[in-house]
Amino acid sequence: MNTLSLMFVNFRRKRVRKLLTVCSFAIALFLFGVLAIIYDSFYQPIEVAGADRLIVQNKISIIMPLPYSYYEKLKRIDGIDLVSFAFWFGGVYQSERNFFMQFAVDTETWSQMFPEFIIPPEQLKAFTEDRQGCIIGQSLAKRFNWKVGDRIPLKGTIFPGVWEFNVRGIYQGKRLSDDTSQFWLQYKYLEENSEWLKGFVGWYYVHADDPDKTFEISRTIDTQFANSPFETVTVTEKAWTATFIKQFGNIRLLILLVGGVVFFTLLLITGSNMAMSIRERTGEIGIMKTLGFSGARILFMVLAESLIIALIGGGIGLILAEIFAMQGDPTGGLLTAFYLSPKNIGLGLIIAIMIGLAAGIIPAVQSMRLKIVDALRRV
Amino acid sequence: MVQLNGNSKTDALIQIRLLCKNYARGNESIEVLKNLNLDIDRGEFIAFMGPSGSGKTTLLNLIGGLDQPTSGSIVVDNYEITQISGRKLTEWRARHVGFIFQLYNLIPVLTAFQNVELPLLLTRLSKSQRREHVETVLSIVGLQDRMHYFPRQLSGGQEQRTAIARAIVSDPTFLLCDEPTGDLDRGSANEILELLSRLVKEFDKTILMVTHDPVTAAQAHTTLHLEKGLLIESAKRG
Repeated sequence: MNTLSLMFVNFRRKRVRKLLTVCSFAIALFLFGVLAIIYDSFYQPIEVAGADRLIVQNKISIIMPLPYSYYEKLKRIDGIDLVSFAFWFGGVYQSERNFFMQFAVDTETWSQMFPEFIIPPEQLKAFTEDRQGCIIGQSLAKRFNWKVGDRIPLKGTIFPGVWEFNVRGIYQGKRLSDDTSQFWLQYKYLEENSEWLKGFVGWYYVHADDPDKTFEISRTIDTQFANSPFETVTVTEKAWTATFIKQFGNIRLLILLVGGVVFFTLLLITGSNMAMSIRERTGEIGIMKTLGFSGARILFMVLAESLIIALIGGGIGLILAEIFAMQGDPTGGLLTAFYLSPKNIGLGLIIAIMIGLAAGIIPAVQSMRLKIVDALRRV
Repeated sequence: MVQLNGNSKTDALIQIRLLCKNYARGNESIEVLKNLNLDIDRGEFIAFMGPSGSGKTTLLNLIGGLDQPTSGSIVVDNYEITQISGRKLTEWRARHVGFIFQLYNLIPVLTAFQNVELPLLLTRLSKSQRREHVETVLSIVGLQDRMHYFPRQLSGGQEQRTAIARAIVSDPTFLLCDEPTGDLDRGSANEILELLSRLVKEFDKTILMVTHDPVTAAQAHTTLHLEKGLLIESAKRG
């Protein structure tokens, strides 16, 4: 036996209470993990959005197209070194519940515009050479168990009919937070088969050669197309994503409120459990002090006991959250980057430690200060 | 040898001089011990008797360094414990005093072996050395075959013997026993008293014991009565 095993021995008493305390920690940290995943799903796209990429959309709405003729005009603007474009396809795979984002993209510029998406060169070449080719993200491929060579039918909602595509490649994200749930098809395929699309694109992406010039570039673009039939609004990809997420309401506040209430409740539960547990052992603490255990050692042991409960419960909760994340986005496509980041695992453990310390500090200090004669009277 | 007159006697193990202890109850100050003088030699077995509230346990607590006197001094083996406090006093207690209580006060989630090992966790002994010490004292108290039993699996007498083993495992200078047989039947009480007598005779331990029971007190070399905060020698044997 040593001091550490002496602390673990205390887990033999009031096992049901200890188990319930561990469970309450596990549930709270599981909830933290899930909230963190949801939070990241909403806000990570803002973090990872290119600071040097701008989106040029129709001033009326993103669903209104822009002329293809803007492509060359944009390329000529000072400070822009790359222009690409896309169009929302909006097809349905089998059922409307199987939502995922489908973009008709410019095959020549798309992969240069989004270097964070890694596509094997031979797959990119195969995609470029096949009008009906498509590239899908890794998480999308996993979701529907698709692989290169599969043929995928999508029922058009904007573009009538059933459209068939050949999976020519699967892209990965450089970072965990990169969205790998997208489906890219060739813009040319769409344009060739849809009369009304000819001469139009959905929106443009432009790349600034210097991130500090984005404000100036956006002003130049919008000024250039002002008072035309297709006026533009140009914002950075970051700002555009933030505006898009704002439509869902104040997710941040909601998550903070739920998380705050959960952890405050947990603190009360654990704190009262620890206090109860120590109060019951007042006599034993008195005996240990009588035998020569110092106040500091008793303080350490009580705090460590609280920390062990917090770390076991917290660890279980975070493992459960990780397992939950591994099952994939339960909303069917709304939460694109659905994962528990190492940063949030660390944060969860820090929260568990802080609550463990906060719950244990009062009983620990009381134990340290406990007078032996007073403790022995309570035996 | 025991002396109550406070005459200088430098070779006594425990020297108590003008010891006072007052407790406050509201605005009132209650004088529990009044100018006690006591000299106790090594190898003595002393019983303290007296009515409830006479200050027996208070005196034991003061000698054991569990409480601080209002005034006066206690010197143990030429070391004045009333001048130290905190960590030093805790270390001194761990090294020099063995405590035996009426209700045994074993840790219920530890086995007999682990309970006895507890004071040794504060020493620098290795695991194997600790094991050796624990097994030795458990065989002295006759519990070598019960070392892996939990307190709830032991009888009252066995629990008290475990507590005695815990008290002597670090080879303390003296033992303080607060009603060690108070919760036992006569048979078990006699076994405990025999064991304590053996510790004095064979291992030259000094024992200070508080008891209400004259039969128990009769086992000690000397019985001292505490009354109204004063010590009176009432019986001396051997």
